[in-house]
Amino acid sequence: MMQTALQVLDREYLEARCSLLEIAAALDRIDRASDEEESNDFNDSRLDLLNQAIALLTEKSHLPNRSERMLLLFSDLD
Amino acid sequence: MQIIQPHYHAIARTAQDYERMAMSGVVAVAEPAFWAGFDRLYPETFLDYFRQISEFEPTRAAEYGIKHYCWVAVNPKEAENPELSREVLKHMPEFYEKPTVLGVGEIGFHKTTKNEEEIFEAQVEQAIKYDQLILIHTPHLQDKVRGTKRTLEVLSHMNVNPERVWIDHVEEHTIREPLEAGYWVGFTLYPVTKCSPKRAVDMLEMYGHERILVNSSADWGPSDPFTLQQCVVQFRARGYSVQDAIEIFHNNPARFLGQNPKFDIKPIQLETIEDEISSNLV
Ligand SMILES: [Zn+2]
Repeated sequence: MMQTALQVLDREYLEARCSLLEIAAALDRIDRASDEEESNDFNDSRLDLLNQAIALLTEKSHLPNRSERMLLLFSDLD
Repeated sequence: MQIIQPHYHAIARTAQDYERMAMSGVVAVAEPAFWAGFDRLYPETFLDYFRQISEFEPTRAAEYGIKHYCWVAVNPKEAENPELSREVLKHMPEFYEKPTVLGVGEIGFHKTTKNEEEIFEAQVEQAIKYDQLILIHTPHLQDKVRGTKRTLEVLSHMNVNPERVWIDHVEEHTIREPLEAGYWVGFTLYPVTKCSPKRAVDMLEMYGHERILVNSSADWGPSDPFTLQQCVVQFRARGYSVQDAIEIFHNNPARFLGQNPKFDIKPIQLETIEDEISSNLV
């Protein structure tokens, strides 16, 4: 590897922070819109997928291949 | 659609930006005094910079049909040097006389230090004395909450009219307090480090349209004047009318900046000419 973990983090921290904020804002947006519809039980299988993907991110950090596993989660495997 | 870009560091941008802004409906920009990317050493360097933004930039912008206004100040980073700042402050009133200078900005906090606070207060006092508008920068990233709170504390002890003060770079975690205290707030749309166009529209949906400005800030760093137009597109894509967009992206800056009579661009209201055309045809 050409870069140390610290160098990678220096490069990636703000971009990752920004991506997380965009996800948080998108979920808030869906919440606000579903509140307005007065159907607090708004459900869609894609929302489940997003929540599973977020859970995958919070798994123990030593689990590798997060991006690969996330793409498999979003794949139609039947 | 006509747009005003209320916070823009033109000296760091090219003529091509002016041209593209003109093509996308920008009719005016306002340039706050900013950090040059390095700390200036002499008061005279600031004064030449103020001449650049108050004398040269208006002529450059005019070539594209854009009106250029500016603000003068010692920015928060360089306010860390109080001796130099006080020298610059002595000369700032000369610039309030100029035809395109709108007020004192951007001032405020970077690291929220004692020195910064001393010069922030001195500049607010001077703005009050000379009846100037005030533009306040709030710190970046992890310092933003602390700096914004301190800004509001300092202002609460001063005799400012909140309607003449614009607190910039607010985000979801810092918008509420300044807005509730009666100040104008600004969203700065910046790639990666500040607010995104989508998040700006979210806040407009949550907090309404009053006393809110949107800008791209665009300076010498990784920034883009067209994040402002992206925000207009995002806003319209959510179903809001052209007039709603004009209220936010043209009329609100016209209302705030127009409190200084030198800024003579008035709010606009779309009119339909349908009736007139059909009656002429009859
Ligand atoms: Zn700025």
